Amino acid sequence: MGLLGSLRNSISQVANTLFASDAEPKRIGIYGPPNAGKTTLANRIARDWTGDAIGPESRIPHETRRARRKENVEIERNGQTVTIDIVDTPGVTTKVDYTEFLEHDIEKDEAVRRSREATEGVAEAMHWLREDVDGVIYVLDSVEDPFTQVNTMLIGIIESRDLPVLIFANKIDLDEAQINRIENAFPQHETVPLSALEGDNMDEVYDKIAAYFG
Amino acid sequence: MMAGIEHDSADGVEIELISGQRMHDKTSMEKIRMILDDVRSGNIVILEEGLTPDEESKLIEVTMTEINPDDFSGIEIESFPQQTATGGGFLSRLIGSEPSNAKLTVIGPANQIHSLQKDDTLIRALISGK
Repeated sequence: MGLLGSLRNSISQVANTLFASDAEPKRIGIYGPPNAGKTTLANRIARDWTGDAIGPESRIPHETRRARRKENVEIERNGQTVTIDIVDTPGVTTKVDYTEFLEHDIEKDEAVRRSREATEGVAEAMHWLREDVDGVIYVLDSVEDPFTQVNTMLIGIIESRDLPVLIFANKIDLDEAQINRIENAFPQHETVPLSALEGDNMDEVYDKIAAYFG
Repeated sequence: MMAGIEHDSADGVEIELISGQRMHDKTSMEKIRMILDDVRSGNIVILEEGLTPDEESKLIEVTMTEINPDDFSGIEIESFPQQTATGGGFLSRLIGSEPSNAKLTVIGPANQIHSLQKDDTLIRALISGK
C-alpha cells in the first residue's frame, strides 16, 4: 500500500470513529481453517454479551456448514459500548472428501450429505468475505502449523480488500500450543492468544475487538 | 505450455506450465475455468504468475461448487510468496501501484496429490496416476 493509500485509510478510520455512534453495527466475520474453534469463539462472545449461543460445536470437521449471524452484540469496554454483528463461517478449505466423515463413525449417506453441505458452506463463506463483512477475526489452532496455503491465501484476500483483521491464536490451554509460530507467520497483524473453550484471556480479546472494530 | 498437443496418457500425469503471457488476456473466470478443467482432467497446472487474491477467492468458491463424491474432491494448491515489484521505488510506493503478481503456483487434483510440501525455495509434490 502506498503513502496515499495509508493516508486514505487513516482518514477513513478517523471518520469512522467520529461517526461511529450513527453507524450500523459492523459485520465481523470469524474465519479460519476447519476445527480452529471458530464456533466455540462465536458462542463464547455471544454467550458473554447476549446470553445466547450461535451454533453447535463439535470435534468433527465442517460442523458449521452455513454462515450464521448474531446481530447487535453489544460489548462494553472502558465505559463505552461497541455494537457488532458476529458472522460465524464454515472453515475454509480447498478440498472436501466425504470419506473423512466416515472416520468419525458417520454413515456414507450422511457423510455425502455433510460433504455437500460443507462445500456449499465454504463457497458461501468466500462470498461473505468478498461482499458482506466489514472486518475479520481470523482464528487459528495454536497447536497446528499456521504456514498453510489456505491461511496464506485467506489473509491475502482479506488484506486485498483492506479489511481490518485480528489473528486469534486459539487453544492456548493445550500443552502443545505455539503462539510464537502464529505471530511469526503473520507478523503484519496483531495476534491475540486465547482459549475460547476455557475462556482464557477474553478480557484482551474484547479490548482488541472494541479497538479494531468499534 | 505445450498447448494443443494430445497425449495418450491414460495412466500418466500431465503437467502444464502456463506462462503469464498466456493468462494476461483472460478474464478471471476464464482463468479459473481453464485451471479447473485441467485439474479435473487429472493434470497438474503450474502457473508462472499466480492469481490475484480476488481470483484465488473465486477459485476456492468455484472449486467448492464442483466437488462431488464420485470424481472430484477439490484441489491442492501451493505458491511461493508474492514478489514485490522490482524497480518499484519511492514513486510506486507513493501512488500505491500494484506489486507484481509473479508467484509461481502449483495446482492439482486433491485425490491425486498425496503431499504438497513447500519451503522458501522449493515446492515438492508427490503425485499418483489417474
